[in-house]
Amino acid sequence: MALLHLLLAQATNVTDNTKGLTAIGRGIVYGGAAIGPGIGIGLVVGNAITAMARQPESAGTVRTTMFLGIAFTEALALFGFVLAFIISG
Amino acid sequence: MNALLAVDVPPISHVTIWGNGPLGINKTIVIYGFATVATLVVFWLGTRQRNLVPAGGLRIFQNTAESGVAFVRNQVIMQTMGADGLSYLPYLTALFFFIFFSNITEIIPAVQFPANARFAMPLTLALATWIIFNVVGITKQGFGHYMKNSLIPPGVPAFLLILVVPIEFISTFIVRPFSLMVRLFANMLAGHLILVTFAALTAALWAAKITVIIAPFSFALLVAMTGFEILVSFLQAFIFTILTAVYIGGAMHPEH
Repeated sequence: MALLHLLLAQATNVTDNTKGLTAIGRGIVYGGAAIGPGIGIGLVVGNAITAMARQPESAGTVRTTMFLGIAFTEALALFGFVLAFIISG
Repeated sequence: MNALLAVDVPPISHVTIWGNGPLGINKTIVIYGFATVATLVVFWLGTRQRNLVPAGGLRIFQNTAESGVAFVRNQVIMQTMGADGLSYLPYLTALFFFIFFSNITEIIPAVQFPANARFAMPLTLALATWIIFNVVGITKQGFGHYMKNSLIPPGVPAFLLILVVPIEFISTFIVRPFSLMVRLFANMLAGHLILVTFAALTAALWAAKITVIIAPFSFALLVAMTGFEILVSFLQAFIFTILTAVYIGGAMHPEH
């Protein structure tokens, strides 16, 4: 009974939950934005390692191209990172 | 003063605040000044005595300048633009060293702040890249050809052009400088936040009584992340330079 009273008191006190919702939104935005680039960077690096192992003499070119691929893929995650800061309650 | 010496941790809202000191001079400005002077000093002192085998007190500058130029020449320009891009070697080398010096302050004790975690300078550098590759494209190919080559990918059927041309326009002329800016700025900001988080966590764990036993793990991760941030500050300078080279190279040699 005391617990119920406490919960009721809290429920009536909390009128502004924008802050909490903003925090949840930020978490969802960054978490969602990190999924695709995570898979993408894994594919890029994995295939680059396969290429380097098959043809070690082309490792220099493959490495440069790999960094380019990482940079392009990673940009999406970083957009999410920046957007998470832009969201304000 | 405390913020300048990395004693205070400023609130996260400082990301958008520029400066409040005299003439707006804050930590970011001081670090950019350091990066400019360091780049100048490396190449000015490095080219004082041009020995075949670097010797004397200035040999560290000569070694740095020579290996930096060779790195940009072999790893950036020859890989992306080919031999006729060598006229951009001075700009790209200066760009690389400036970005690297303003990133590496992230891990220097008592500074502990990458100046590129504020997006004014990354934006300026990205706009400089944007202006250069557009000017190169227009002067090398002519305005009409440049627009045709950058907006219409080869082998696209005519009825799809109404869809493809706006997408290519947005991705070439708007998203390119924006993503170049965001990539540098957000990487440095994220790295800085990770270091701050683990430093604050270690201090908090150390202050409490029983949690002292897990403070070493947090500290070990802080040390590891500091090492990782050295790699990141080098890599971001490299990626900014190589993307600039790729964009200029694409404007110089269109795909037919």
